[in-house]
Amino acid sequence: MNLQEPKEPLPVDRPAIKAMDSSVFKPRSEKQHKDIFSVENVDFYYGEKHALKSINLAVGEKKATAFIGPSGCGKTTLLRCFNRMNDLVLGTRVTGQIKLEGKNIYDPDLDVINLRRRVGMIFQKWNPFPKSIYENIVYGLRIIGVSNRAYLDEVVEKSLRRAALWDEVKDSLQKSAADLSGGQQQRLCIARALAVEPEVLLMDEPCSALDPISTAKIEELIHELKDTFTIVIVTHNMQQAARVSDYTAFFYLGELIEFGETGKLFTAPEKRQTEDYITGRFG
Amino acid sequence: MATPSAGELEKRVEGNKTRDKLFAIVGLIATFIGMLTLAALLFDLASSGLARIKPHFFTSFPSRFPAQAGILSAWVGTTLVMIVTAVSAIPIGVGAGVYLEEYAPKNWFTALIEINIANLAGVPSIVYGLMALGLFVYQFNFGQSILSAGLTLALLILPIVIVATREAIRAIPASMREAAYALGATKWQTTSDHVLPYSMGGILTGVIIGLSRAIGETAPLITIGALTFIAFLPDAPFKAEFPFISFDWLWSPYSVMPIQMFNWVSRPQAEFHLNAAATGLVLMAMTLAMNAVAIYFRYRFRKRIKW
Repeated sequence: MNLQEPKEPLPVDRPAIKAMDSSVFKPRSEKQHKDIFSVENVDFYYGEKHALKSINLAVGEKKATAFIGPSGCGKTTLLRCFNRMNDLVLGTRVTGQIKLEGKNIYDPDLDVINLRRRVGMIFQKWNPFPKSIYENIVYGLRIIGVSNRAYLDEVVEKSLRRAALWDEVKDSLQKSAADLSGGQQQRLCIARALAVEPEVLLMDEPCSALDPISTAKIEELIHELKDTFTIVIVTHNMQQAARVSDYTAFFYLGELIEFGETGKLFTAPEKRQTEDYITGRFG
Repeated sequence: MATPSAGELEKRVEGNKTRDKLFAIVGLIATFIGMLTLAALLFDLASSGLARIKPHFFTSFPSRFPAQAGILSAWVGTTLVMIVTAVSAIPIGVGAGVYLEEYAPKNWFTALIEINIANLAGVPSIVYGLMALGLFVYQFNFGQSILSAGLTLALLILPIVIVATREAIRAIPASMREAAYALGATKWQTTSDHVLPYSMGGILTGVIIGLSRAIGETAPLITIGALTFIAFLPDAPFKAEFPFISFDWLWSPYSVMPIQMFNWVSRPQAEFHLNAAATGLVLMAMTLAMNAVAIYFRYRFRKRIKW
């Protein structure tokens, strides 16, 4: 296979795979759970470019689902379909259905504002507003007319605690968000998304521009958050997918190649392409 | 081509460095030509006009006697016309810019509108005067009033404001919009809470550039009947009795600074030429003051917004 993207080398001893054997990371597959998103025959086009090819997959409620695959494989495109962020991109077209609790989110009568309140998003490059930390977090509430100061204060503290940022910023809530470090800004963005109490959190390579310590903090956070929220995370880092997710989907050239429990997919992949990719033999 | 030898390479690098220095010198000269011209102009105006700038110059009407003549009606006229221009051009121009950038679908029709706006910026100002004469003065029956003048200049600077607004908005990173949309903001919330505040500095710059152009315009105002000699002021905008505010001044005849200047320059007496020079100085000071206000606001906005 010939890929233009540089492959991500896996260390020889494959610590990610080893980690899978420890009890902490055992896939919780036996437990029954319901699906929150179901993707049915979705095709996606950027103009002429066919970016997603008849994708079918289900996202489990209060599970972490990871999308992996080389750049340009469509994983981010699919992620951005879940909150219809692709609507903002000119010349895109979707066919098929994506159902959020049974209701197709591409129905003409669906309220996209409401959808985005239920399905929050964290972006690859942190994007806090050039405002204070406090104002960043309450923005999602301000736009629906919440102005009760005591309530907003409460939400700010709760969201920052959930994002494991409270202790670092509690004395400087009125300071500009731009004064924070990159990792703190990304956690601020997570707190901002949590403040509107979404059901699903979409994460688009949230750690790809962060140092290992900040990355570890955010991964830890994802572990805690998935008890309360459904998480869908796109990542280039396979160890990360192995560490944080319950289910993993491997995409290649716009197709969903394999989808299953993370443990199984990383230890005993069914498809040859998956195995080649996760062992770094790609390319 | 083979790789050059070490000596050859050194020679080439030297040549590149020489060209580098050469351009720096050419650029410096070009900059100085612009600066020196402006300085010479200022010096010329100041040397002949400065003596005329005394308090009574600002508080007197034009007169047959050069030494007694003042620019009271002209500076009041210019101020009032600029108020009308700003009040009408800013909301329309910014509104159009925001619509075209954030709301309008991208198709051949909006592309056509875009090209036309760019072209409008290049239409000679006297053509605007002719259009305004037919539209404002006769069709709408606004007459030869401050209102007609302000609206004419507003039309003239509209393309400048629209283009500047769009440029400023385009500089806002898409990630800011995405952040707001992802939290469930509507288009208008995204625009009014983020896009507009963050681009305010750039928009203001465009507005001031437009107003600076309008303040010096003469041709379109002569076309629509500005007076060259006027010895009374428009009605005051504030009144002692209810409702305290009056808009009668909008309908008043007027003169403006550049027209006052033009009038004095065209007189044969050299004494009047001094008045014209002094008026020019005041006009320049007004423009610079406007720019200073813009710089101040831009600084304030930029300081508040930290990326």
